[in-house]
Amino acid sequence: MIDLSKIGAQYLDILREVGNIGAGNAATALSQMLNKTIDMNVPAVRVVPFKEIGDTVGGEEAVVAAVFLLIEGDAPGNMFFMLPVNEASRFIQQLTGDPSIDFSDEPLNEMASSALNEVGNILAGSYLSALSDFTKLNLQPTPPAIAVDMTTAILSFGLVELSRAGDYAIVIDTEINEKNNDDTIRSKGHFFLLPDPDSLNKILQALGVPLDG
Amino acid sequence: MGEVVKVGMADLNIAKPPQTIRTSGLGSCVGIILYDEKVNVSGMAHIMLPNSSYARAGVLNRAKYADTAINDLMDILSKEGVAKYRIKAKIAGGAQMFKFSSNNEAMRIGPRNVEAVKQILEKLKIPIIYEDVGGSSGRTIEFDPMTGLLEIRTVNKGVVQV
Repeated sequence: MIDLSKIGAQYLDILREVGNIGAGNAATALSQMLNKTIDMNVPAVRVVPFKEIGDTVGGEEAVVAAVFLLIEGDAPGNMFFMLPVNEASRFIQQLTGDPSIDFSDEPLNEMASSALNEVGNILAGSYLSALSDFTKLNLQPTPPAIAVDMTTAILSFGLVELSRAGDYAIVIDTEINEKNNDDTIRSKGHFFLLPDPDSLNKILQALGVPLDG
Repeated sequence: MGEVVKVGMADLNIAKPPQTIRTSGLGSCVGIILYDEKVNVSGMAHIMLPNSSYARAGVLNRAKYADTAINDLMDILSKEGVAKYRIKAKIAGGAQMFKFSSNNEAMRIGPRNVEAVKQILEKLKIPIIYEDVGGSSGRTIEFDPMTGLLEIRTVNKGVVQV
């Protein structure tokens, strides 16, 4: 078993590169969908203790709309696409042309949630196919599921498998930004990849740099 | 206003008046409060998994599992002068945040956590005074050892005190 808290910086750099390839592909897909320039930052790869995981996205109780997918295949894991609620509403309004969509409504508008699901699906698909090409690993997303809730409550759901092996998660976090007309940048959300403990070594092995020990 | 003792994910702690004790963003996790109205010392645990047999390897974080967390909390409380027979419990959490069509066992972790917590408390003969479990909403909880009141906040239903 790998002790994530002691993982070397060189491995994190490799994972950042892997994330970068996936994110680039997903950004292109998103830009085409919205007909706007969507940038994704070079992902931050961090080893985060569970206790602090909520702080990675605007505080533990910040309310987000999230699409969750499981990764199946050679290197299982979890994937989240998260937007602050107001951004999710704006985003899906643009996409569907329906200005009444509001993700803080309860129960969720069916049209709105299926549109967001579809976005999550396309993003995850393009991210994973880039990753697959690069690593030659077979990676498939499950059908997505959606929730609007507190960040920590949502993320903790993706930590179940990881938590059996330790108290740290390796988080590949990509910030999604939109460029406004005046060239200012506004942050839209996050794209998280949480590989299962054994998957980490499989990804690194596929790239020819297995972890020591 | 007293200090707020924070309990993280897979963590436990105790509080004494005027302190309150709080944990944020319970999803499939369960928050367990053990309290004694006479001594006014309360403990809270934020567990992630039903049982320590789920652990795969390495050092065990006992606060992560329902069985070990409740045991440890009982030990700590008894050192604080809490009598075992007076201990009562309030529990919250164990939601199923996402609904998947796939039959993945991990998706049912919330209900399994709740089941495990109830079984362990029953075995220890600790009465559950209040429970707000299941459903599909995340919860933030804060307990006041002085009054024995639990505040539960959800995104859609606002704040309730029980």
